[in-house]
Amino acid sequence: MKSDTTANYQQPYDGALVTEEAAPVLSMHPKKFLMWLIIVSSIMVFAAFTSAYLVRRGEGNWLTFELPPIFYISSVVIVLSSVTMHWAYYSASKDNLLSLKIAILLTAVLGLLFTYMQVQGWQQLVDVGVYFGGKDSNPAGSFVYVLTAVHIGHLALAFGLLVIILYRVFTYQVHAKNLAAIEICTTFWHFLGAMWLYLFVFLLVNH
Amino acid sequence: MATQDVHAATLDHAHAAGHGHDHHDDHDEHHEQSFIRKYVFSEDHKIIAKQFLITGLLWALLGGALSMLFRLQLGFPNMDWTWLKPVLGNWIVDNKLDPNFYLAMVTMHGTIMVFFVLTAGLSGTFSNFLIPLQVGARDMASGFLNMLSYWFFFISSALMLISLFIETGPASGGWVIYPPLSALPQAMPGSGMGMTLWLTSMAIFIASSLLGSINYISTVINLRTRGMTFTRMPLTIWAFFLTAVIGILSFPVLFSAALLLIFDRSFGTSFYLSEIYINGQPLDNMGGSPILFQHLFWFLGHPEVYIVLLPALGITSEVIATMSRKPIFGYRAMIGSMIVIAFLSFIVWAHHMFVTGMNPFLGTIFMFLTLIIAVPSAVKAFNYITTLWRGNIIFTPAMLFSIGLVSLFISGGLTGIALGNSAIDIQLHDTYFVVAHFHLVMGSASFFGMMAGVYHWFPKMFGRMMNEKLGYIHFWMTFAGVYLVFFPMHYIGISGFPRRYYSFTSYDTFNMYQDLNSFISVAAIITFSSQLIFGFNFFYSIFRGRRATQNPWLSNSLEWTAPINAGHGNWVGAIPNVYRWPYDYSKPGHALDYIPQNVPHWETVESNLDHENDLIAFEREMEAEALADPQSAH
Ligand code: HEM
Ligand SMILES: [Cu+2]
Repeated sequence: MKSDTTANYQQPYDGALVTEEAAPVLSMHPKKFLMWLIIVSSIMVFAAFTSAYLVRRGEGNWLTFELPPIFYISSVVIVLSSVTMHWAYYSASKDNLLSLKIAILLTAVLGLLFTYMQVQGWQQLVDVGVYFGGKDSNPAGSFVYVLTAVHIGHLALAFGLLVIILYRVFTYQVHAKNLAAIEICTTFWHFLGAMWLYLFVFLLVNH
Repeated sequence: MATQDVHAATLDHAHAAGHGHDHHDDHDEHHEQSFIRKYVFSEDHKIIAKQFLITGLLWALLGGALSMLFRLQLGFPNMDWTWLKPVLGNWIVDNKLDPNFYLAMVTMHGTIMVFFVLTAGLSGTFSNFLIPLQVGARDMASGFLNMLSYWFFFISSALMLISLFIETGPASGGWVIYPPLSALPQAMPGSGMGMTLWLTSMAIFIASSLLGSINYISTVINLRTRGMTFTRMPLTIWAFFLTAVIGILSFPVLFSAALLLIFDRSFGTSFYLSEIYINGQPLDNMGGSPILFQHLFWFLGHPEVYIVLLPALGITSEVIATMSRKPIFGYRAMIGSMIVIAFLSFIVWAHHMFVTGMNPFLGTIFMFLTLIIAVPSAVKAFNYITTLWRGNIIFTPAMLFSIGLVSLFISGGLTGIALGNSAIDIQLHDTYFVVAHFHLVMGSASFFGMMAGVYHWFPKMFGRMMNEKLGYIHFWMTFAGVYLVFFPMHYIGISGFPRRYYSFTSYDTFNMYQDLNSFISVAAIITFSSQLIFGFNFFYSIFRGRRATQNPWLSNSLEWTAPINAGHGNWVGAIPNVYRWPYDYSKPGHALDYIPQNVPHWETVESNLDHENDLIAFEREMEAEALADPQSAH
């Protein structure tokens, strides 16, 4: 990184300069703001699915069935992962690198466990005869698969972020003075937890 | 038209030229970038803008060429197509155009024009190019995501292009891809591989558009220069900003709709399909609703038309004010009406579905909401006209295209009001009247906005001027052309001729408009040819155009304070501060007929209003602060 900024604008490019020179008018970190906007658009994805669900349900010919019991447990797991994620953030802000590492790894493990349980949930659906597609399927069941799958798809993105953070933690790039990255990751992780809880409650109420 | 080239010598705003020239060749060489990083995987918003522009123009050429082919079919249904066999190959059967390919071309034309040209090509170009330059930022909030945005667009373009060449042909169910037609490969050849490619390509396109939009929003909100308050932003920026907001709220919904369609096509779900018989055989799919798709599609589809139009309106505001040498009339009303339009665009989608068996009461509500859009639209139209009124108008090609846009916006908007009435729409739905409506108000108007933008900002993009004579020829041929093409379509539509028909001549009763259709086709071919003049002018001027001065239109906004061929980071030295709105044209008392945004009020005491004199103390403070700490936030 360069500190001598003004003199260098004749150079064709220097990424470091750009981020330093930008004079923000609001105090929000532009990259954090980007994450919020990503969250807005992914809210719209789920809003579209859930309103499609309601519209379609209103038209009748709708299968009713019990949601897989394992979803209750997976909900607890994803909440726990949010707690550990927050713990990681807190540890970073206190420069406590050991607990930061533990917390991040725990988060990753809980996230994987959650994903595994969701997939088990599909198995439980199949066991009671609720299929994703094919002759015996009904949109009521297919929607559950789609909602969970798209949620897991988002989770995959979050895992990507987590891996980046993990790498940075082990190369000592995350600490009290450099929190932006882990904060962005935390925000997204909490969002996905909240989104699952919303979806679960939505399905419980409207099945 | 000599006024345009007033030279830098007449500028008394010398500091507009930027600082720091003495740093010139301190230590350049060892930072020279590779060609790939500089022009291919570039993170510089100006390069990315040019990539979008050139890709968009190539798409426009292809989309236009497709329309030439189907206009030939409509205008001359008995034509012998043999001579096109070298190009179209097996799509020519027995000297005739294959009807399936006709439908494919109509679909591809719509998709290409709406998404690839007028969304990516227009928004992608001008939001990228102008947002950092006009708000005073070094670059976008994230150059990396911005680069991804272009390359996603590129991949999506490649897939869509490939789909044109596969054996079963590209998607053919119309740009709105309604199921069940689009969901069942048995339904038509285009619903096979072509549709799969369409859906994949569009999913990637949506990702590209979202990456672009979040960057635009974040940049406008977070990276404005000192003094650039929201009410000092050029209307272009407001328009791009609201377009991006609409984009991140509506494109995800299209993504959801497309995903469900993909599942119906490939995984045997029945979200949109129910009780379908093919050749007497019932399909397995039960319980789906095709109307559901229409709701989801138009929840994007209607906002999309404003995604296409708003940037064009923003560009027009800027060009009309500059070239009338007058402040834009009703600056805040312009912002307000754009906000209202953006908001309303989300609650009118069902006006595309009046005839789907919707509850008439619900239809009335949507009709009411739809007609309200006429109010902010009229506000904008009046403001353009009042800005022109008694202005000191300079008819550059950009100005002509802007005025042309206003004309098209009005004549197309009026037919919108007719269509918005659910009772009238029963007759007009899916006829050529609708085609006429949206080609005037969306297609042509937005295309005119794009052209205005290219002519106006060409000097900033390439450091050279486009040829004006060719520009005039291009404008007048296009302007006359689009009216000659689309106006007659109203009549064809009113008499009930449906859109997306291969031919009307199988029955003599329906032959009555054959001569009119031939006329339209000829007009269309002439209009299309005149775009080649533009193409030549564009590419020729990039290399051979007259060199531009720094501020060729004597404009107020910040981009013209950057060096002619601005490097990465846009300004040499500090970013200019902003002291006023961008529309101080012909301000009484001032010697020149424009005052750039970075000129402080203490330099213009002779033209200041009382409250502006009061600002001076504050501005001095701001300047001192900026000098003390050029990096700091404000
Ligand atoms: C006063 C304003 C407007 C009103 C009341 C209005 C109303 C309508 C209505 C009711 C339809 C449906 C017609 C049918 O399919 O039966 C329609 C179609 C359409 N409008 Fe507008 N419109 C307005 C302005 C605009 C603007 C500003 C744009 C674009 C920039 C636009 C683009 C379109 C397009 C693309 C379609 C056809 C989509 C398709 O079926 O392929 N309209 N309009
Ligand atoms: Cu609409």
